[in-house]
Amino acid sequence: MNAIEVSGLVKRFGDKTVVDHVSMSVAEGEISGFLGPNGSGKTTTIRVMCGLLTPDEGEGRVLDHDIRSEGLRIKREVGYMTQKFSFYEDLSIEENLTFVARLYDLDPVSVRDTLEDLGPTSRRKQLAGTLSGGWKQRLALAACIMHRPKLLLLDEPTAGVDPKARREFWDEIHMRASAGLTVLVSTHYMDEAERCHRIHYISYGKLLASGSVAEVIRDAALTTFVMEGDDITRAAKLLQGRNGVDQVAPFGLTLHVVGRDGVALEAAVADVAAETGVAYKQGSTSLEDVFIQFMGQSTDNMA
Amino acid sequence: MSAMFSFRRLMAIISKESIQMRRDRITFAMVLGVPLIQLVLFGFAINNDPKGLPAALVTTSQDHYTRAMVSAIENTGYYRFDHVVASAAVAERLIQSGAVSFVVTVPSDFARRVQRGDHPQILIEADATDPSVASGAISTLGTVAAQALLRGQSAEALAAEQSTAALEVVVHRLYNPEGITQYNIVPGLLGVILQLTMVMMTSMALTRETERGTMENLLAMPASPLEIMLGKVLPFLVIGGVQVVAVLTAAKFLLNVPFVGSLTLLLVSIFIFVLALVLLGYAFSTPARTQIQAMQLTFFFFLPSLLLTGFMFPYRGMPDWAQVLGEIFPLTHFLRIIRAVMLKGADLQGVATPLAALMIFVAVFTLLALMRFPRTLD
Ligand SMILES: Nc1ncnc2c1ncn2[C@@H]1O[C@H](COP(=O)(O)OP(=O)(O)OP(=O)(O)O)[C@@H](O)[C@H]1O
Ligand SMILES: [Mg+2]
Repeated sequence: MNAIEVSGLVKRFGDKTVVDHVSMSVAEGEISGFLGPNGSGKTTTIRVMCGLLTPDEGEGRVLDHDIRSEGLRIKREVGYMTQKFSFYEDLSIEENLTFVARLYDLDPVSVRDTLEDLGPTSRRKQLAGTLSGGWKQRLALAACIMHRPKLLLLDEPTAGVDPKARREFWDEIHMRASAGLTVLVSTHYMDEAERCHRIHYISYGKLLASGSVAEVIRDAALTTFVMEGDDITRAAKLLQGRNGVDQVAPFGLTLHVVGRDGVALEAAVADVAAETGVAYKQGSTSLEDVFIQFMGQSTDNMA
Repeated sequence: MSAMFSFRRLMAIISKESIQMRRDRITFAMVLGVPLIQLVLFGFAINNDPKGLPAALVTTSQDHYTRAMVSAIENTGYYRFDHVVASAAVAERLIQSGAVSFVVTVPSDFARRVQRGDHPQILIEADATDPSVASGAISTLGTVAAQALLRGQSAEALAAEQSTAALEVVVHRLYNPEGITQYNIVPGLLGVILQLTMVMMTSMALTRETERGTMENLLAMPASPLEIMLGKVLPFLVIGGVQVVAVLTAAKFLLNVPFVGSLTLLLVSIFIFVLALVLLGYAFSTPARTQIQAMQLTFFFFLPSLLLTGFMFPYRGMPDWAQVLGEIFPLTHFLRIIRAVMLKGADLQGVATPLAALMIFVAVFTLLALMRFPRTLD
C-alpha cells in the first residue's frame, strides 16, 4: 500500500487551473521531494492531500483513506506543517504544544517529552511570535509530529533556516523515515531534493517528472559541457542564442552549457571554444540543470 | 473518544481562547471598559435633573390667579420664564427653534373659570425630544399648580375644594409621544453594550484565525466545527456575565434604577440573549477575511439596531415598515423583556413572546454558524 496515491487531481480557483491532472504516489517509509517554481501548485496539492481543499476532479487515497470523504481520519493520522508559520504567536511554546496535544487527545507526558527534545527549558515560556525563524520551524515540526503521524506533509519546512539547522532537520527526517514514517516535503533547495528518495517536479500545475534523482536526470536527456579557460565570459556571450544551446551558466571559474540536442550543442561549443581558446569537456548534468530546463520550457507561473 | 465531539478538545480550545483573550490587552480592556464608561456617562445624565429650563408663558390676562399660578410654577425651580408672549404662534416658533423647552399657556378665561368652578385648564407643551430633560419638570407640575390655586383662593374661601379638584393641567409632550424616561435607558443600555461587545468580540476571535493564517493549522487538526464554535463562544459568555453583573449592580446602587421583577427571569433572558449574540458574531465572522471586515460588519448591524429596536426612539412611534424591520434584531426583543421585567415586574408569561423570539434567534444563528463554518480552506 502506498501512503499517498492520487490520480487525476484537478483544483481550480475561479477559472484558473492551479492543479492540473496530477497523479502521484508516495510509498510507505519513503522521503519524497516536491519541487517546482513559485506558484506552481505545490501548496495547493498538499492541501488537497490532507483534506483541507476539495479537489474539483480526481480521486485519491491517503493512508488508505479517501481524501474526499474521510478528511477527519486523515487529519488524525497525518502531520501537516504549513508553509507559513501557523501556530499561535501570542501563546508560548509550551502553551502551543499543550493545545495541540489536547486536540489530539495525547497524554500530557508527550508535551513534556517534546519540550525536552526541543532543548533549553528556559524557552518554553517564550511567546512563539518572538522566536527566531529556526526556532519557529523546530516548534512547528515538533508540534506536528507529537501525535506520531504515519505521514508527514511538510511545506517548505526549511525556508529561511540556517544551514546547520537545515542539516539537523534533515537528519531528523531521515531518522524518522527509517523508523517507518512517510514524508512528502516541498522545497526549492537542490541539495534537499538530492537527499530525497524520490522527487516530483510540478510546473504550472502539471506534474512533469517523478522518480529518483538519477532517473529524473536521465529522463530529461540533457547534454552538458563544462568549459574552462581565461575567456569564459566572452564564450558565454558568444554561446547565447546559438543553435542547440539552452542554458549557459557560470559556476566559479567554469561555464556549464546545457542543451537537449547533444549534437548541435557540441558543434556550438566546439565552435566557440576554437574562437576563444577555452577548453571544454563533457560534464554530468545536475538536477538543477534539469529544473532550470523545465522552468525555461513552461509558461509563467507567478501570475 | 467520539469523532464529532470530545469534551477534552472543547476544553483545549476554551483554555487556548482564554489565554489569548487575557494577552490581548486592548480587547480585554474594551470589553470591561466600554460598559463602565457608558454607565458613567449615562449615570451623569440621569443624576443631572435639569433645572432652570427656559420657558415661554402665553397669557393675555394679568389677573391674580394667573400670577399666583405662574410664580408657583417658577418656584419649582424647573422653569425660567424668559419669554412672556401674547400669541401661541410666537410661542410655537420659540419651542420649535429650541429657544425654550416649555410653553405654558394660561387661557384668557382661566380666572373666570376658577371663580365659576368650571374646569380651569392650563396647557403645558414640552419639547420632549430629549425626554430626560422634560420629565422631571413635568412631573412636579400637577401638584404645584393645584396648591398654587388653593393658596390663591383661600382669600376668597369660596368653593375652594371643588374648583381645585377640577383644575386640569393638560400636558402635551411634543415630538416624543411615549415620553421615555431615563429609567428606560439603563436597561436598554445593558442590551446595547452586550450587543456591541459580544458580537464584535466573537466575530473578531474567529476572523483572527483566518487573518493570521492559524486557521489552516486549526483545520488540519482534529477539531470539529462544533467544538471550535463552542470553544470560541463559551469564554465570551463569561465576559458577558461580568458585564451583566457590573451594569446591573451599577444600575441599582449607583443610579437607583428600580428593579421590580424577578432577577432569575431576567438572568435567564440575558443568558439567551447573549447566546444569540455570540452566535451571531460567530456567523458574521465566517464571510469576513480580516478583523477589520468583521468589525465593519458588526457596525453595519449595530448602528441601525440603535435606531430600529426602540433603544433610542419609541418602537411604536416608528412607521410600520420600520417596526417590521426592527423585529429582526434580537435587541428589540431583549429590550421588551428587560424593560418589562425590571420596570414593570412582568412574569414569565408576560415576556413569553419575546423570549421565544430570542430562542428562535439562537437556533437560527447556531445553524447558520455551523453551516457556514469553513471545514476546508475552499
Ligand atoms: N485560495 C486561493 N484562491 C485563488 N488562488 C489561489 C489560492 N491559493 C493559491 N492560489 C493560486 O494558485 C497558484 C498556486 O499556488 P500554490 O500556493 O499552490 O503554489 P506553490 O507551488 O506552493 O508556490 P510557492 O513555492 O510560492 O509556495 C498560485 O498562482 C496562487 O496564486
Ligand atoms: Mg507553497
